[in-house]
Amino acid sequence: MSSRAERSLPGRLPSLSPVSFTMLVVVGAVIIASIGQVAPSPEKLAVGVPKLLDLLGRMMPPNTEPAFMQRMFWRIIETFQIALAGTVIGIVLSLPMAWLAARGVSPLGIFRHAPKVVISLFRTVPDLVWALLFVSTVGLGAVAGTMTIIVDTIGFCGRFFAEAMEDADKKPQEALQAIGANRVSVLFGVILPDIMPSLINSSLFALEKAVRASVVLGLVGAGGIGQELKVAFDLFQYKNASAIILAIFLIVLVMEVVTDRLRVKFQ
Amino acid sequence: MQEVIRTSDLAKTYPNGKSVFAGVKLSISPDQRVALIGANGAGKSTLLKCLIGLLPSSQGEIMTLGESFSSTPSSAQLYRLRRQIGFVFQNHGLVGRQSVLTNVIHGKLGLPGSWRAWHHSLAQGNWREEAMQVLSEVKLSEKAKSRADELSGGQAQRVAIARALIRRPKLLIADEPAASLDPAVGRDIMKIFSDLAREHGITLVYTTHDMEHALNYSDRIIALKAGEVFFDLPTRDVSRAEIDNVFQG
Repeated sequence: MSSRAERSLPGRLPSLSPVSFTMLVVVGAVIIASIGQVAPSPEKLAVGVPKLLDLLGRMMPPNTEPAFMQRMFWRIIETFQIALAGTVIGIVLSLPMAWLAARGVSPLGIFRHAPKVVISLFRTVPDLVWALLFVSTVGLGAVAGTMTIIVDTIGFCGRFFAEAMEDADKKPQEALQAIGANRVSVLFGVILPDIMPSLINSSLFALEKAVRASVVLGLVGAGGIGQELKVAFDLFQYKNASAIILAIFLIVLVMEVVTDRLRVKFQ
Repeated sequence: MQEVIRTSDLAKTYPNGKSVFAGVKLSISPDQRVALIGANGAGKSTLLKCLIGLLPSSQGEIMTLGESFSSTPSSAQLYRLRRQIGFVFQNHGLVGRQSVLTNVIHGKLGLPGSWRAWHHSLAQGNWREEAMQVLSEVKLSEKAKSRADELSGGQAQRVAIARALIRRPKLLIADEPAASLDPAVGRDIMKIFSDLAREHGITLVYTTHDMEHALNYSDRIIALKAGEVFFDLPTRDVSRAEIDNVFQG
């Protein structure tokens, strides 16, 4: 016969240690304080929502004048160019960076942390900050935007490529290292073919992310359609602004559909 | 005729002081097909790796394919050794997303100009022809374009054999090549190994814990037990009872 202790039901809630309980209270207090200080209050909403509706009213209908549409078209093309060139260059640079940073693959041994830190730096600093930096150094325009996307892509792809390389099947690598294949041969002969679906997936996400980023880079002067949006708001041309916002929505939507299809194709 | 492998008083001890084997004295002549048998943990794979310089030995001298070394070969010796040795592992170690042809041509990696072995489309014409030749020897030429991850276990192991053969090795090392295969496919693989080694005049050294594989496909059996060579005899002189004895505690 089983003892009483063996038959006792587990509690409905997990037991909390005093430390866990204190942590829970502190986190809860921080959340409540944050909401109290920065979340929109009912009073603010009561004032803001009618203003928003008024602004939306002034935005309608979107400007469809041929001259404006033509200018917007070329800005959209420039936005795509920034995203595409930045992503492709970024991907190409990400591959060696990831190889140097990947644990168990890198030829740098313990020094692999150096490229890893650079990748982390590129990823953690927001793209608008990079854009400000490049606008200050190479001037206003698309080149600053492209450089921003390159850095952003290295930060994103560098990390995911390195993780994919670390997770690549070790058995073929060991088999070819045993016959004297060097690290570069193992990379090109085994690792890259093995992780190709993951590389394509990350690259398509990077492209999608770059298109989204490149539409707002213009807000700080780094080229693309975002620059038109800033001008429209600065000059109170709200009908132009609504047309640009719609165009941005369409660009991002098309990009998502295209990358989703490509992802399925390459799986 | 000079031996392909010769060792004297070879020993291997792990850093924690545990002895894997000791006092191993071997002499393997060209064209021999040698089965290295022993229970799990007897040190077969470790001995194999020590013989070709992939693991350092702790004591003794090794002479493999004319390269003499104690502990580990120099990098120049290792380079020369690797050029003359073909390897087949228990797990085939193929690149699943690459074609069978590319996987076979990978066997040229580590040789001069080997970047051209990254992919069959980069390889020089004669390498591609050699790859098709060895694929036909393992009866898989019709699968040249297939992806390696579409193959059965036995077919994958045959590709691994072709990858080893394309190096035109003098010595073929196989570590439990049929261990992960079902019995019929395992016998098929061992027959291919044994026949091709004899046909090409390659010295074959393989580890196995399968009595049939040891008795049917080798000229000589070396048994390891309790860290020592338990017996080293021509296969025709080995009885099943003696092999049973190797695997008993």
